[in-house]
Amino acid sequence: MTRFLAWTAFLLGVLYFILPLIGMTEFSLKMRRGEYSFDAYRAVFGDPRFWETFSYSLTLAAATIIFGVLLVVPTAYWVRLKLPQARPIIEFITLLPLVIPAIVIVFGYIRLYNTSSILPLTGSALGTDILLTMGYATLALPYMYRAVDTGLRTIDVATLTEAAQSLGAGWFTILARIILPNVLVAVLSGAFLTLAIVIGEFTMAALLNRPAFGPFMQLLGANRAYEPPALAVIAFAITWGCMGLIQLVTRFSKHERAKV
Amino acid sequence: MAFLELSNLEKVFGTNRVVTDFTMGIEKGEFVSLLGPSGCGKTTVLRMVAGFETPTSGAIRIDGQDVTGQRTNQRAIGMMFQAYALFPNMTVADNVGFGLKVKGVPREERKDRVAEMLRLIGLPDLGSRFPFQLSGGQQQRVALARALAPRPRVLLLDEPLSALDAKVRVSLRNEIRDIQRELGITAIFVTHDQEEAMSISDRIVVMNGGIAEQVGAPFEIYNNPRTRFVAGFVGTLNMLSATVEDPAERMLTLAGQRVVLARGEIATPRGETVTLALRPEAIHLGRAEGCEVALPATVEEVHFLGSVIRIRARVAGTVVALDTFNRPDQPPPPPGSAAEISFAARDVILLAD
Repeated sequence: MTRFLAWTAFLLGVLYFILPLIGMTEFSLKMRRGEYSFDAYRAVFGDPRFWETFSYSLTLAAATIIFGVLLVVPTAYWVRLKLPQARPIIEFITLLPLVIPAIVIVFGYIRLYNTSSILPLTGSALGTDILLTMGYATLALPYMYRAVDTGLRTIDVATLTEAAQSLGAGWFTILARIILPNVLVAVLSGAFLTLAIVIGEFTMAALLNRPAFGPFMQLLGANRAYEPPALAVIAFAITWGCMGLIQLVTRFSKHERAKV
Repeated sequence: MAFLELSNLEKVFGTNRVVTDFTMGIEKGEFVSLLGPSGCGKTTVLRMVAGFETPTSGAIRIDGQDVTGQRTNQRAIGMMFQAYALFPNMTVADNVGFGLKVKGVPREERKDRVAEMLRLIGLPDLGSRFPFQLSGGQQQRVALARALAPRPRVLLLDEPLSALDAKVRVSLRNEIRDIQRELGITAIFVTHDQEEAMSISDRIVVMNGGIAEQVGAPFEIYNNPRTRFVAGFVGTLNMLSATVEDPAERMLTLAGQRVVLARGEIATPRGETVTLALRPEAIHLGRAEGCEVALPATVEEVHFLGSVIRIRARVAGTVVALDTFNRPDQPPPPPGSAAEISFAARDVILLAD
């Protein structure tokens, strides 16, 4: 009886998640009257703005990931190694982006970095892109920090550091050749989460007036019927593709299998 | 001047003084063990030599060079850790070659040195394996090869055998000692296992409460412990109280019998009590030849340990342990039986308080 109830709950849960997806996918295929087709997808992929905005967001995602890794990995490593007492404070700081809405952050940015400020980043496209990258890094911080911190928990950071130091390694070598390769899967999962956040982000890009994928999806959704669900399916496919890549990296990373 | 000089080393963590006035010189090629219970400061001394901890005061000199202010990666030391600390993302060969790569040794030279090191530790064919594919003993051998590959000036061993099973421990400690002798490298070994320390060391430093209580060869430490702590920590010891009769003649009374000590100075005045110590192997069951002192005893416990039988007997109100070799024609006395024990005055150790 318990098993029956468990299976029922599981199936209900699956239906709850799957049914809207199936409905959305089916609707995205019904652009041609009376038959299924990929016309909506063709229209999306045929729109030059799709590729422009998508490649823009992809570029910014890459920049955000690089900046995030350079910021988070050394920070999380240092906190674990030298400042374990500061961990609750750091965790609190990294959680702030979850409770402060993106709109508040971006208005703060605009106020601080407008053209009449000391650092007028919004005065140029490159400056605004840098500002947007920082904003994305802030939004992704809770996920990136947690992913890296969890990765660091699986290795003996202190002893590995001391072993490398005793062999003559400096801080850069230790981070690049010992710590980073051992938390690579965690870093990648943080990176893919960052990618998913950046690809779908609307508020910051729209308010900073940058040609990102999020505002394009909103624009398309406001004017068309079949293309928005096609875009949503594409966005889901990208996210799931990223998750698949995490699994693939874990599987092919030989030494990581030892931790399983 | 010794090859490795530790002068007046002190380490204070907050209000806790962990190491107090630690001074010793270690000669080139010498194998020295720091022995003591948990929290005695032995690992802190090792970590100060490694550069992981900065001494509160004092100096460390390696080959005449003051390294006290130097960072670990500038000291040219090799270290083995209890937890192996092999880099999980690297193969065995990459682990062994890591220090050489950091030093900028050319690839071909590095390859040769790695092969030489793997041969030295008896694992020439395991270079392509990852650490997780090795046993604990093999991992620790690789850690030894990795520590030795860059030709360090001093090898530091931080309880490297503690995580291994008993059989592997014995064989690996002998291997470590053989390799250390072969390479003539100066080594400091931290352990809380007295048997381990005594079996492989040239000298032992017995530490207690941050102080080096005694420094000496294993034979010296075992047979002539200078303090009550050293006597109790290194090996099993029986303590007996005796009354001073004539300090100048080293004459004492023990359970009504007169004992004249063969060694030691009695600073205690006549009529006062002193503590005598005897190793279990120095006490004999029955009246043995050459033993001047014989005392009546009651057997309390008999433990058969194979080649040795350990007997606990009550003598003058004190329980003493004595070891006898197993002889098939001489079964041990049953518990509760009356017996006589004997020992020679030359085996009696007079303990300073």
